[in-house]
Amino acid sequence: MNETMNEIFLSSAYFGAALTIGAFMFGRWLQKKTGFILFNPILVGLLICIAFLKIFNIDYEAYNQGGKYVSYFLNLATISLAILLYEQFEALKKNYLAILLGILSGVLTTGLTLLIFAIIFKFSHTEYVTLLPHAITTAMGMALAEQYEGYVSIAVAGIVVSGITGNVVAVPVCRLFRITEPVARGIGIGTASHALGTAKALEMGEIEGAMSGLSIAVAGLMTVITMAVFAGFY
Amino acid sequence: MKYISQYLIILIIGFISELLNAIIPAPIPTCIYGIVILFFLLFTGLLKLDAIKDAARFLIDIQPIMFVPAGVGLIVIWSEVKDSIIKYIIVCMVSTVIVMAVSGRVTQFIIRCTKKGGSSNE
Repeated sequence: MNETMNEIFLSSAYFGAALTIGAFMFGRWLQKKTGFILFNPILVGLLICIAFLKIFNIDYEAYNQGGKYVSYFLNLATISLAILLYEQFEALKKNYLAILLGILSGVLTTGLTLLIFAIIFKFSHTEYVTLLPHAITTAMGMALAEQYEGYVSIAVAGIVVSGITGNVVAVPVCRLFRITEPVARGIGIGTASHALGTAKALEMGEIEGAMSGLSIAVAGLMTVITMAVFAGFY
Repeated sequence: MKYISQYLIILIIGFISELLNAIIPAPIPTCIYGIVILFFLLFTGLLKLDAIKDAARFLIDIQPIMFVPAGVGLIVIWSEVKDSIIKYIIVCMVSTVIVMAVSGRVTQFIIRCTKKGGSSNE
């Protein structure tokens, strides 16, 4: 029974793609309906897919026959992010020193925090490089985890968890640490929690949102460089 | 056909990025080359935003769906990592709070320093 199931699914180019998009759209609907931040469409989507494969005993390989066509456009979509950086470039010019140093301090803090945690939890090198890019946008973080031979799936999950965390804690963190400058708020949120944090920054204000959006691209690019350094530390 | 010609430009940039990733012996992911190339083309005006904007926006809009298959790959390594998942979640959550606070504080500090410097000159 299992054999034939897998064979049918292995030969299908559409099953995995349909399941992926269907599960994601359900997650999106669920989040819209409930407004609950934990119902992140990526998270809900991947959990539904995993549950489906488990229940029907389908191999990942069979699922990915179709799933890989969904991911086919990933690099191209990430390259397209350059248009967002281009559109926000004007905003960078105004406070460029504070913005660039602020983002750099965040990117270095990510590396340092991960290094300390890796030592405390006795992580393997693979686990360490998987979580090093957890603060940046999924596309870049995932590509970096892959480049350094980390667990790509854990990297995706970790990045989404960080994004959700950032979204939830943005307001209390700004209050607790008395971050009141709109520019500084946006930079902090975007550097720590990419697009999911930016959604909250946009609610806080126009400047917060624009700065957070700018931080996504800049922090991602800086992390490409800092990761080359930090990966050698542990 | 508008979308197809825009998509063609992005595809070509993607292909050049793949070539660079293969040739240059640095741990830089393919997409990073592409972002830098596309930004450079737009910044210098060699490529007008209108020439790729619609296809690029569409790709950015649907991008979150593309992360799902990679995440489902969790199923393959599950037995290897299941005991550590809680640790990974804690690390990501704590690190996010620290990074947000540091990066926000540093930015605020420099803004206030430069503001002060500016006003004392006036």
